[in-house]
Amino acid sequence: MKRFKGFVIKEFYHIFRDYRTMVILFGMPFVQILIFGFAITNEIKNAGIAILDNSKDAVTQKITNKILSSDYFKLEKNLINYSEIEDNFRKGKIKEVIVFEHDFAKKLEKEKKAGIQIIADASDPNTASMLSSYTLSIINSYQQEMMKYQKFPMQIEPEVKMLYNEELKGVFMFVPGTITILLMLISAMMTSISITREKELGTMEVLLVSPLKPMQIIIGKVFPYIFIAFSIAIIILLMGFTVFGMPVQGNLLLLLGECLLFIIMALSLGIFISTLCKTQQIAMMISMFALMLPTILLSGFIFPIENMPVPLQILSNIVPTRWFIIIIKAILLKGVGIAYIWKETLVIAGMTVIFIGLSIKKFKVRLS
Amino acid sequence: MSEIAISANNLTKKYGEITAVNGLSFEIKKAELFGFIGPDGAGKTTLFRILSTLLLPDSGNATLAGFDVVNDYKKIRNIIGYMPGRFSLYQDLSVEENLKFFATIFGTTIKENYELIKDIYIQIEPFKTRPAGKLSGGMKQKLALCCALIHKPEVLVLDEPTTGVDAVSRKEFWEMLKRLKESGITIIVSTPYMDEAGLCDRVSLIQGGNIMSTDTPANIIKAFNKTLFAVKSHEMYRLMQDLHEWDATETTYLFGQHIHLTIQKGNKSEIAAFLTDKQHKEVEIQEIEPNIEDSFMRLMSKH
Repeated sequence: MKRFKGFVIKEFYHIFRDYRTMVILFGMPFVQILIFGFAITNEIKNAGIAILDNSKDAVTQKITNKILSSDYFKLEKNLINYSEIEDNFRKGKIKEVIVFEHDFAKKLEKEKKAGIQIIADASDPNTASMLSSYTLSIINSYQQEMMKYQKFPMQIEPEVKMLYNEELKGVFMFVPGTITILLMLISAMMTSISITREKELGTMEVLLVSPLKPMQIIIGKVFPYIFIAFSIAIIILLMGFTVFGMPVQGNLLLLLGECLLFIIMALSLGIFISTLCKTQQIAMMISMFALMLPTILLSGFIFPIENMPVPLQILSNIVPTRWFIIIIKAILLKGVGIAYIWKETLVIAGMTVIFIGLSIKKFKVRLS
Repeated sequence: MSEIAISANNLTKKYGEITAVNGLSFEIKKAELFGFIGPDGAGKTTLFRILSTLLLPDSGNATLAGFDVVNDYKKIRNIIGYMPGRFSLYQDLSVEENLKFFATIFGTTIKENYELIKDIYIQIEPFKTRPAGKLSGGMKQKLALCCALIHKPEVLVLDEPTTGVDAVSRKEFWEMLKRLKESGITIIVSTPYMDEAGLCDRVSLIQGGNIMSTDTPANIIKAFNKTLFAVKSHEMYRLMQDLHEWDATETTYLFGQHIHLTIQKGNKSEIAAFLTDKQHKEVEIQEIEPNIEDSFMRLMSKH
């Protein structure tokens, strides 16, 4: 135990002396959260729209007012004919055009049906789909109001409701994502680098020719990173709360427990990577390309998994972050308990066992 | 004193096509300072790694303090002090922290075995707060030796400890090894410097994975049963070529300012006659006592 303690102390020296890395490690959560929270926001607020009202009657006026009275849209321009639409899109000031057909009110009365066309700028597909669904839901709600006092036969309208994040605040999506990515990066990359560094500098040779057991070496290596990764998780949660007012809906202990499990999973993955690589550079490349990209792209953090082609959907199952994002969103945003996320938890626990098993099998008590 | 500390029996290790260590057998006594002398690529590091349980031999076996290097590797790792050829301490830790770390992982303290390292440590103690990476070459090796010694090993394995170290530090280093030996530690050391062979109790000359001779330095020199000449002329390069092509030449190689030469038969005057014939001027021919390097060169050219 004393040997192990000595080893861990040495690891802390390594980490704290390399202050450049320290600054990056602890600076990253701040920078990422602030960038994601303020700059890269997919929140809709005062999105510029244009309206082409071919009818100009009381009904279209009401709908228009209803749309514009929400905070989401701002009227940039009233259009007169179709040819102007594309032109205005190209200028980039508007993101959506709402077109009312001729004789809107009349048709609604006689035929019980009238058309509204919603044209969105899909060069930014996320925003476009969000804007159109907002518009639709506003129109729907208007329709329902009308039905009430015109005593139309009951009609069931498709309802678009934004669950869990009614205001569609971007930061609520990015906090779980940032925690996931940073924990993965720090845990897997830093451990794999720190173990391969011993190999590269030849100190592993000396450690091997010592009574230290391989288990002690490995656990001693990852031990400090549990602390660092865990404190970074807490920093991110605190920032989400203080800067963006994002509360933790679920049980905080459960959340931290899941974070710990995920950290241990990522650490064992880091150990596994280090058993495969001989140099720090290779370890870093593998961590960066083989881990970071799938983590960002296939985890559902930025791109919804349901929208991916089927092969990628299947592939995303082996990306550990995919499961953790589900867990952390569920606890943070929906406030559910373990009963709802035990399957995902089990997947991560299973991955941990696999990586540790593989690492033990691959760890060499000798050179080459 | 006749107790065997290390024995190897027909050790062989191959890397693909290359045989790094080729059927080596030797016995090293307890508290012996034993040297493996040979050029780079002779197989010294591979041999030392096998003995330190870091590599598995392809065939043959070896024991350290009675423990088998393959099966009892865990036991050996408790009693061995190993210093790899490359500087292998933590460069970002200070001198003292490195030493403390190695003491801890071997389950001891600096205090407990301070006597053993005192003579060496005292020289680097003024720099104890300095990061190990910022020490000079000689200092680094002294620190590495301290770290390898801190747990009072029975066997000390030093792989080229003096490579890249200045002459004064090298001398000091060997004096330390002598003192350590007196405290009962078996030391095996490898070096490419043949002048260091004379400082060992016994040496093995090793080349291309083969041991060419194992004996005390004095006996190795004694085995040089030929008259050795040191030859010089105004035109060294042509002299070398001429001697090389001469029928009577047995061995010839450049050694500092002179060419060392043995001939199959004959004496000084025959060499002089040959060189005059080849129009060499300012010729100097001396009979000299062979040293260990001459023995090595001779053994090498024989094999």
